[in-house]
Amino acid sequence: MQLRDIAHSRTGDKGNISNISVIAYRPEDWPVLLEQVTAERVRDHFGPLIAGEVVRYELPQIGALNFVMYEALGGGVTRSLALDPHGKCLSSRLLTLPIDVQR
Amino acid sequence: MRTIRIGTGAGFSGDRIEPAVDLAEKGDLDYLVFECLAERTIALAQQAKMHDSNAGFDPLLERRMRAVLPICREKGVRVISNMGAANPVAAAKHTIKIARELGLSGLRVAAVQGDNVLDVLSPDEFVIEDTNCTLGEFQKDVISANAYLGAEGIVDALRAGADVVLTGRAADPAMFLAPQIFEFGWQMDDWTRLGRGTLVGHLLECGGQVTGGYFADPRLKDVPDLANLGFPIAEVDEDGNAIITKLPGTGGFVNAATCKEQLLYEVHDPKRYIQPDVIADFSAVEITEVGPDRVAVSNGDGLPKTGSLKVSIGYIDSCVGEGQISYAGPGAAERGQLALDILHQRIDQIGIACDEVRGELIGVNSIFKDVAATDCAPSEVRVRFVVRTGDMQKAARIGEEVESLYLNGPAGGGGVTKSSREIVAIVSGLLPEDRLTTRFEMMEA
Repeated sequence: MQLRDIAHSRTGDKGNISNISVIAYRPEDWPVLLEQVTAERVRDHFGPLIAGEVVRYELPQIGALNFVMYEALGGGVTRSLALDPHGKCLSSRLLTLPIDVQR
Repeated sequence: MRTIRIGTGAGFSGDRIEPAVDLAEKGDLDYLVFECLAERTIALAQQAKMHDSNAGFDPLLERRMRAVLPICREKGVRVISNMGAANPVAAAKHTIKIARELGLSGLRVAAVQGDNVLDVLSPDEFVIEDTNCTLGEFQKDVISANAYLGAEGIVDALRAGADVVLTGRAADPAMFLAPQIFEFGWQMDDWTRLGRGTLVGHLLECGGQVTGGYFADPRLKDVPDLANLGFPIAEVDEDGNAIITKLPGTGGFVNAATCKEQLLYEVHDPKRYIQPDVIADFSAVEITEVGPDRVAVSNGDGLPKTGSLKVSIGYIDSCVGEGQISYAGPGAAERGQLALDILHQRIDQIGIACDEVRGELIGVNSIFKDVAATDCAPSEVRVRFVVRTGDMQKAARIGEEVESLYLNGPAGGGGVTKSSREIVAIVSGLLPEDRLTTRFEMMEA
């Protein structure tokens, strides 16, 4: 199972920092997000795409995590040479994170 | 409890116009807000203003105003927008001209000024956070400096009776917060209400992104009728709690999921969403579906403002040259890779000094590099070769080198495109708010 099966996501950008929300479709999957979608795993899943640290914020009342990823956008949106300078596609990468859920 | 209705007329400079017209006509709105200013737009607009003192405002202002002003006048909807860009006064004058042509005699248009701080910044004191140097030490050609203004200038203009308020750089949520402060008489140190009003602004500022736009993922998240996406409306009460909704019969939907995605969009620490007027706290926000396309948003909060304003500095950064060419069929990726190898060798041979080089295959590794690589052979790839260099002539050579692959490169390359551009980029820093004054100029049609 992938994260995509239990959560949805949107990427935002500010300068060279990307943030990605991860939101449980169903409240019962919130503990799974909390336990399995750690900052460390997210950092590893992006590998060389993210040069800086990854910080996780928790919003339990809406079943959401917010990841803030530093040095993630090729020097910043306005000067990056990347095809996707905003990093808009990064949420789609995060949603491929393997998740272990017994149903 | 009294409520007001605020609609979004645009979430970015190039946004659709029909949904704004629809909202003006049928939204029973009090305010229609157009957010049209991206991070570097104002720097480009400043360049235009340097060539022509009547230029430097949003090029779509004419179309948007012609489309909505007569309806807004008839329905009593007041318009707020940052379409003033680098020249709010010229934007207001132009709006007056349009209003007169449309017979909207007596329409009052305010231009809010004060965000242009190019002459205010001290070269020795202002620190650029991106480079950790002072403005004086920044060895680039600076073309603009604009502070993100808060709600106050807009509130003053509304209080003076403006039907249309045009700003330059203002914090996006502040354009939505201002009418709430004005209508409900909120104090500027009522941090909880300012935080909630900011939350409403944050949810509305990207238009269709809260009504089902930027959300669809077929089979997992199907969204109806995106070609007719409705833009959002907030029904806000005196305490700053709100219902987010949209017009019946329009495409998209408003539900808890669309509101949650937008709640966290471009947010870092949800406890500290730093704005000119308040530090909004979204950490305990509750989002509840209360009817079809109706979502209640409550429990936002706020902390005292920092007293500093973010300033964006626009500068000429570099020149970039780019070329693309496609390969398809068996061996497409291998031929694309060969093309990239040739291009890397060529820029060395012809001696183009590059600060940065990117060679990639669209369809293979252009977005996620090789992190998400698969074994599947793509049926087609597009070579993308892009470099950062010192001048436009060198930048133009890159596209020419890609084009020369037609006759000198791998078999079967097609569809070359080439471009070169000067990059205006943005860095930022903080300015104590007492260093600038916000004021407005009122005009009447």
